[in-house]
Amino acid sequence: MASVSFEQVTKQFDDYVAVNNLNLEIEDGEFLVFVGPSGCGKTTSLRLLAGLETVSQGQICIGDRRVNELSPKDRDIAMVFQSYALYPHMSVYENMAFSLDLQGKPKEEIRQRVCSAAELLGIEKLLHRKPKELSGGQRQRVAVGRAIVRKPSVFLMDEPLSNLDAMLRVQARKEISKLHSDLATTFIYVTHDQVEAMTMGDRIAVMKDGILQQVDSPANLYNQPANLFVAGFIGSPAMNFFQVERLSQEGKEKLSLDGVVLPMPDSVAKNGDRPLTLGIRPENIYHPQYLPLEIEPMELPATVNLVEMMGNELIVYAQTPAGTEFVARIDPRVNIKQKDSVKFVVDTQRFYYFDREMETAIF
Amino acid sequence: MTKAVNKSNRTNNTNRKTEFWQKLPIHIAILTIAFIWTLPSLGLFISSLRPRGDMLSTGWWTVFWHPLEITQFYLGNYGDVLRSSGMGEAFLNSLTIAVPATVIPIAIATFAAYAFAWMTFPGRQLLFILVVCLLVVPLQTTLIPVLRVYAQLGLAGTFLGVWLAHTAYGLPLGIYLLRNYIGALPKDLIEAAAVDGASHLKIFTKLIVPLSMPAIASFAVFQFLWVWNDLLVALVYLGGTADVAPVTIQLSNLVGSRGQDWYLLTAGAFISMIVPLMVFFGLQRYFVRGILAGSVKS
Repeated sequence: MASVSFEQVTKQFDDYVAVNNLNLEIEDGEFLVFVGPSGCGKTTSLRLLAGLETVSQGQICIGDRRVNELSPKDRDIAMVFQSYALYPHMSVYENMAFSLDLQGKPKEEIRQRVCSAAELLGIEKLLHRKPKELSGGQRQRVAVGRAIVRKPSVFLMDEPLSNLDAMLRVQARKEISKLHSDLATTFIYVTHDQVEAMTMGDRIAVMKDGILQQVDSPANLYNQPANLFVAGFIGSPAMNFFQVERLSQEGKEKLSLDGVVLPMPDSVAKNGDRPLTLGIRPENIYHPQYLPLEIEPMELPATVNLVEMMGNELIVYAQTPAGTEFVARIDPRVNIKQKDSVKFVVDTQRFYYFDREMETAIF
Repeated sequence: MTKAVNKSNRTNNTNRKTEFWQKLPIHIAILTIAFIWTLPSLGLFISSLRPRGDMLSTGWWTVFWHPLEITQFYLGNYGDVLRSSGMGEAFLNSLTIAVPATVIPIAIATFAAYAFAWMTFPGRQLLFILVVCLLVVPLQTTLIPVLRVYAQLGLAGTFLGVWLAHTAYGLPLGIYLLRNYIGALPKDLIEAAAVDGASHLKIFTKLIVPLSMPAIASFAVFQFLWVWNDLLVALVYLGGTADVAPVTIQLSNLVGSRGQDWYLLTAGAFISMIVPLMVFFGLQRYFVRGILAGSVKS
C-alpha cells in the first residue's frame, strides 16, 4: 500500500505534449479513475507511473520514493493491460505464478498465493488451461489475477473492461470494486467510459489534451463541474449549453435565453460583463404534465425533433424557436411526438453558468 | 424438415460441383507446375538406380518402356558411394561443420534481433541498416581477405574457422528475419513481463524464445541446408584433405577430376539428402500456427 504523487509531470513525444504539467496526489488505498476522450493523456499518465514511458519533466513518487529512474520491476506495481497481454505459451497457473517465480519465491508459497487469488476470482478450475482456451471474461480475470498475486502497493488498470460485452462489463465493474474493498490497496484505473468512472472511483481525474481538468468525487464532479469540458463530458446524455445575453428590464439586469428572460444570479453579476453560457442537464428539463414539487419552474418553449423511447424515460431532442438544440429526459408516461410544440419546464435552481471565453464555471 | 435438409444438401452438392469446375484450371496449372518441378529429382532418382552402362547409353525415361522389368534397376551405385573410402568420415565432418554452424548464428541472431526490436540504445537504427546492407555483399568477395587473416591467426584448415565463416555469412539474413518476427510480437506482452519483474534476459528466455520458435526453426532449416550443401566455403577455409572434408567435397572427389564418374553423383546426392530431410522433419513440430492465440485481443 502506498500513496502516489505526480508533481509537475510533463511527457513530451517529439513536439507533441501528451501530459502537460500534471499535479495529482493519490491517497493510500484510494480508487482513482483517470477519464477523458482518447488522446487526452490518461493512458500516458498511467504508463509514466508504471515506468513504461520516461518522464520528460517533473517527478513521480510512490510512497515517499521518487521512482522516475526506477525500472517497472522495481516500482512495486502491478498492471492490467487493455489487451490482457497473457503469456500465450503458459497455462493460467504459470501466467499467474510468473512474477512470483521471478522473485524467487518458494514453490509452496507460490502455489498458495496463486490458488487463493484464483479462488478470489473464481478461476480455480481454469488453472491448467492455456489463454487461447478461455473466453474473454475469463481472460480478463486471469489478467487481474496475475496482478493481485503479487500483492503490489499500487494497482494500475488500463481500460481492463473495454474488450468485454455490455453484460459482462457491468458484472466485472462490481467485481473490481469489491476487489478494491477486499484488498484495500491503491487502485489507479484508466477508462474512457464515464459510467465506469462514476461507479467505481473514489475520485475521478478528468483529462483533456494532456491537461488535468478537475479531480473530485463523482458527486462533486457531477454537481460542480469546474469548466465547460467537464460539464459536457460527465453525464449522459450530455449537459445542454445555451448562449445567454445580458439585458436590462425595468432598471434591473436580466439574462435572456433565446428570448426567455431569466433573473440575474448574484454570482454571475459579480463576474463582470463577460459573455455567458448556460448549462442545463437533460434531467432538469421537464414536461409540464409531470412536474416535481420542489423545483423553481421556468418555461422554455420548443419544438420536438426526435423522441427516443428508453422504457424508463423518454429522451427528447428539441429546439428553441431561435434554433438552439437541446436534449431532455422526460417521464415516459408523457404522450409526445415529433414536431409537437411543447412548453418545457426547466428548474432554475439547477442552472450552471460558465464564462463562454474562459470556459470556466461561475459559482 | 427432412425436405429442407435434402434441399440444402442438394444445393451444397451443386455448389461444390460448380466450385470444382471453377477451380479446375487452377488445379491443373498447379499440378503441371508441381510435375515439372519434381521431374529433375525423379530423373535423378531413377538414374541413381541404373547401372553405369545404361546410364551412359540411354535416357532415364527409357525405364518406363518396360516398367515392370525389375532387373533394369540396380543398387550398385549406392553401394559404391557408401563403400568408397572416407564416406563415413565425411558424414561426420559434415555434421561437425553443420551443427555448430547452425546453432551459433541462431543464438547470436536471436539475441541481436531482440536487441534491435525491443531495446533502445543510440545508433540502433543505423546498426540495423548496416546489417541489412551486409545482405548484398557477395560472399565470394570475402574469401581471400578472410583466408589471409585466418592464415595469420592459424584458423585456416580448422573447424573453428569454418564455423565462424558460416556464422558471419548467415547472420545478416538471420538477424533480418528474426528481427522482423520478434518486432511483430505484441508490445503489451513485453511490457507486461517488464512490469511483472522480468529483466531483459528473462524476457528473452521466458517469452521471446518460446514465442519465436516458428521463425527460429525456419531460419535453422535455411542455415542448416545452406551449410550442409556448401562446397565453396568448406573447400576454401578447410582445404580438401580427407580428415576434414565434408560430404560435398568427398562427392566431388568421387566424381573424379574430369567428372567421368558422374553416375555416382546421382546416388551420392540422395544419400546426402537424408540428413537435411531429418532436420526438416525434426523441426516440423515448431512450425506452429497461431502461437500467439489468446494472448492479446486482435
